[in-house]
Amino acid sequence: MASRNNIWANLDWLTIGFYVLLVFIGWINIYAAVYNEEHSSILDMSQRYGKQLIWIVAGFVLAGTLILIDSKFYVSFAYVIYIVTLVLLAAVLLIGSEVKGARSWFQIGSFAFQPAEVSKLATALALAKYMSSYNFKIEKLQSIAVIGAIILAPIMFIFLQNDTGSALVFAVFAFVLYREGMSGVFLFMGLLIAMVFIITLMLAPLVTIGIMTAAAILVYYFMNQKFMEAIKALGISASIFFIFWLTNKFLKLGFPDTRIVLFSALLASLIFGIYALRHRLKNLLLVIVVYISLVMMTFIVDYVVNDIMQPHQRARIEELLGIKSDPLGVGYNVNQSKIAIGSGGMWGKGFLNGTQTKFNFVPEQSTDFIFCTVGEEWGFAGTTVIILLFLALLLRLVFLAERQRSVFSRVYGYSVACILFFHLSINVGMTIGLAPVIGIPLPFFSYGGSSLWSFTILLFIFLRLDASRMEKLSY
Amino acid sequence: MDKYAKRKFILGAIFVFIAIVFIIRLFTIQVIDSSYKQYATKNVLRKVINYPARGLIYDRNGELLVYNKAAYDLLVTPREVSTFDTTQLCSILKIEQADLMAELKKAKKYSRYKPSVIVKQLSTEMYAMLQEKLYKYPGFFVQTRTLREYAHPIASHMLGYVGEVNQSQINKDSYYSQGDYIGVTGIERTYEKELRGHKGVNYFLVDVHNRLKGTYNDEKNDSAAVLGNNLTTTIDSKLQSYCELLMKNKRGAVVAIEPKTGEILCFYSGPDYNANLLVGRERSKNYQLLLNDTLKPLTNRAISAAYSPGSTFKTLNALIALEEGTITENTAVSCFGKASSPIRCTHNHETPITLVGGIRESCNPFFWNTFKTIINKYPTSEEGYKKWREHILSFGLGQTLGTEFYGESKGNIPEASYYDRYFGKRRWNALTVRSLSIGQGEIIVTPLQMANMAAVIANRGYYIDPHIVKAIEDPDQSSRKLSFEKKVSMIHPEHFTKVIEGMQEVVDQTNTRYTAHVEGIDICGKTGTIQNSHGSDHSAFIAFAPKDDPQIAIAAYVENGVWGARYAAPIASLMIEMYLNDSITAPNRKALEKKMIEANLLNPNQPK
Repeated sequence: MASRNNIWANLDWLTIGFYVLLVFIGWINIYAAVYNEEHSSILDMSQRYGKQLIWIVAGFVLAGTLILIDSKFYVSFAYVIYIVTLVLLAAVLLIGSEVKGARSWFQIGSFAFQPAEVSKLATALALAKYMSSYNFKIEKLQSIAVIGAIILAPIMFIFLQNDTGSALVFAVFAFVLYREGMSGVFLFMGLLIAMVFIITLMLAPLVTIGIMTAAAILVYYFMNQKFMEAIKALGISASIFFIFWLTNKFLKLGFPDTRIVLFSALLASLIFGIYALRHRLKNLLLVIVVYISLVMMTFIVDYVVNDIMQPHQRARIEELLGIKSDPLGVGYNVNQSKIAIGSGGMWGKGFLNGTQTKFNFVPEQSTDFIFCTVGEEWGFAGTTVIILLFLALLLRLVFLAERQRSVFSRVYGYSVACILFFHLSINVGMTIGLAPVIGIPLPFFSYGGSSLWSFTILLFIFLRLDASRMEKLSY
Repeated sequence: MDKYAKRKFILGAIFVFIAIVFIIRLFTIQVIDSSYKQYATKNVLRKVINYPARGLIYDRNGELLVYNKAAYDLLVTPREVSTFDTTQLCSILKIEQADLMAELKKAKKYSRYKPSVIVKQLSTEMYAMLQEKLYKYPGFFVQTRTLREYAHPIASHMLGYVGEVNQSQINKDSYYSQGDYIGVTGIERTYEKELRGHKGVNYFLVDVHNRLKGTYNDEKNDSAAVLGNNLTTTIDSKLQSYCELLMKNKRGAVVAIEPKTGEILCFYSGPDYNANLLVGRERSKNYQLLLNDTLKPLTNRAISAAYSPGSTFKTLNALIALEEGTITENTAVSCFGKASSPIRCTHNHETPITLVGGIRESCNPFFWNTFKTIINKYPTSEEGYKKWREHILSFGLGQTLGTEFYGESKGNIPEASYYDRYFGKRRWNALTVRSLSIGQGEIIVTPLQMANMAAVIANRGYYIDPHIVKAIEDPDQSSRKLSFEKKVSMIHPEHFTKVIEGMQEVVDQTNTRYTAHVEGIDICGKTGTIQNSHGSDHSAFIAFAPKDDPQIAIAAYVENGVWGARYAAPIASLMIEMYLNDSITAPNRKALEKKMIEANLLNPNQPK
């Protein structure tokens, strides 16, 4: 076993440097966000900036403690931690207290704790443990089932707590799985689904399916390079549609246009499918399968948006896509946030001079919208520096993960990087109107002990694993 | 070591890609798009308008006529309104709940962020009560404005009133915005630019709850309100009040002018209205009542009535004939009384009669003859008439007299072409238009023009443009005296002597002496009785006094006053006496005063 001195020396101080820098800048911005002339000292413990300092100092102590713990502990106790977390997630449903519509907090005196924060870490550990197990093969159905179960279990509980934002974070494990060998098609499918989702919401069903049909024919053309066949396909599809459409119109059957389009799409697919099977055209068959799934997707999206999503979630997405605009209602936060950031200009209004910030136009500005303060007071220069700092940290983490000798450490390292990446993208994206408003904090920046500590733990466990990467980790 | 190691580049590339997207987006909204800066400024800036007090208006002796009182408008910023006790607020404001709701809805429709007026012009008591409770109504606040207040509500037509600007006024002058006040009539209107001052503006920083957080840009963009300029008018408020007392319950107008200066001492149109009615919350209700009043109290008869001058006009015809040399003071005309032709005489007097007697007795045949000589002096009637008209215009008739009278009518002295059109060219002559000789017919004058006519005679041949405002005082106490043009009539001064002598005899020797003669004051005057087919004849009187050093020239016109000496002459003479002697003492004069005050000529059924 390596000596303690060795551990400190082996720590990646560059990452720690990024961490300390981000935490410190975050603290300064919290001070600016909730600045109050009556309590102008940044050390005033009655204010959020004073409290954040306590969290920060405690976070440092926590980080130090984590480094003192043997790295084998995390490997050995990965499943235990995971199961305990699941129990906590279940328990919070029963005895937790409700904050802003989400029953996800344990309230013990003045101390509040959110198990969902820990669940990311626990899931990362469990995934790392399972995927580093002997003879693990990601292609095996059993592996896929277990991985699915490990990820889906906490998602389920968190959804039940009505904390959609935290649940969505788990989607980012797809990146980790991709790194470990999952087919890229899944990522591609994810992207496709996202696109279909957006297109369905933004365009009429008729147009959506029309675009998909054209795309399918175009893809087939590129695969085969047979121009006439593409034209034929187009002609056949269009004819089917017109026959249906005319029949419907003149016989006054009263089917809605969407139904007609769907019928035509299915019939055309059937015809081409039989044709493909008889001529053993594998490419055509694939195109048809993907085409049909996407057409079905549009109807699923419609159902999800209208019947599963809560009204405020639907409104936020519609606001983001510009389908509806309500800058005083649903869009208020994002609108004010964009005004704050946009008004910062190149160099910002200066520390403590942000009017949007100082006069509380941006809600939640010390927590979810802390990035506004950076944008307003430090301008484009400030926001760019922060984005680049985060990017540097993320790339450093990828680098660190790649140099691990154990699969466990690598999977865990990628998990840390991907979780941070997700938070960064969604949080910053939402403040500049590129992502829907999902209430998740900006790592190391946002006010709050629970979030700061969980990110600290997440990161420092990895740094501890990295420090002892030369040791052989046993199960 | 593992075949998927290359995928780190794909993941790294995704991270870099998102970072680049963010940086491009940030560059767009932070550096390229400047609209967010404007939004941010709009968010925090609250513009507070400081309304200056309107200029004060004084009479000629420095007595305050019009000043300001504070009024309080209740405003609301809809976004800040939370649930509140509507019943209580309505009971304080004394309005219906439905009205309050309607106003709130209107305000919300206008803007959720900008304040709108909910209730205008709260009384001081209401304001006091509301101020205590205002904390219970978030989003509501009170803005102080000033309203007009009148020490003694006199000279309402001269002063005019103030009202809210309408949209076309806002479009015309960008100074105004919705809810501002503007002079609507009278000198409030003509001197609007002097009286209104200049609005000031303060910019404050506010937070999201619209709470004040300090000043903006070190107050560099702020401006203080500049008080309106004060006006010193020429009105003698004592004389004005006395006139209003005498003219009570009478239709007509009285205008008195200081002949030497053209300063209007008294400007009255009856019936008038109490200026206080057009101030405050009841304004629009009162305005409707006044507008629909059959007596038309809002009509400014002193400058817009279309009156015939009647026999008062004979003085001018005499002067023109003397100037033209078509008569002399000794020209004698025979009068056959009621048998006279083409115009009969209604008075019994010696015959033949000369100029002084003709004026004294208001002898119609004498003035028909006089008029005829003027018209016939020239080769054609048209030329004669044109000359005559030129003389008449030089007395200020047939034209507006000042720039400061809102709604002043020009009256009418028809052009020769009018008669050409009416009778045909060269198909009319002195006889055709003979009514003009005795001040009837097509000519139309306003009481102001009649008073000015009296002033010209008093001045023996000139007048200064009659006016109401003589000085404008800036808030920094520097005072500007206004100057007015002197206009000389075409009559040489020496021709006035005999006409004035006749006018003095009117007051001292005829029956008019019982109502117009004042012991110790040489009053020169001329009565007029104007035929009226709708009721009793109208009573008119022009006069000036004292004869040798005229201090006051006056025209009184009392509708349905039966004849000149009945109402117009006594009212004018009482005013002259009051103005020159400061009081009425003789018992017969006191009795006359009482009779005038008590006379009610508004009854439409009085005998013709």
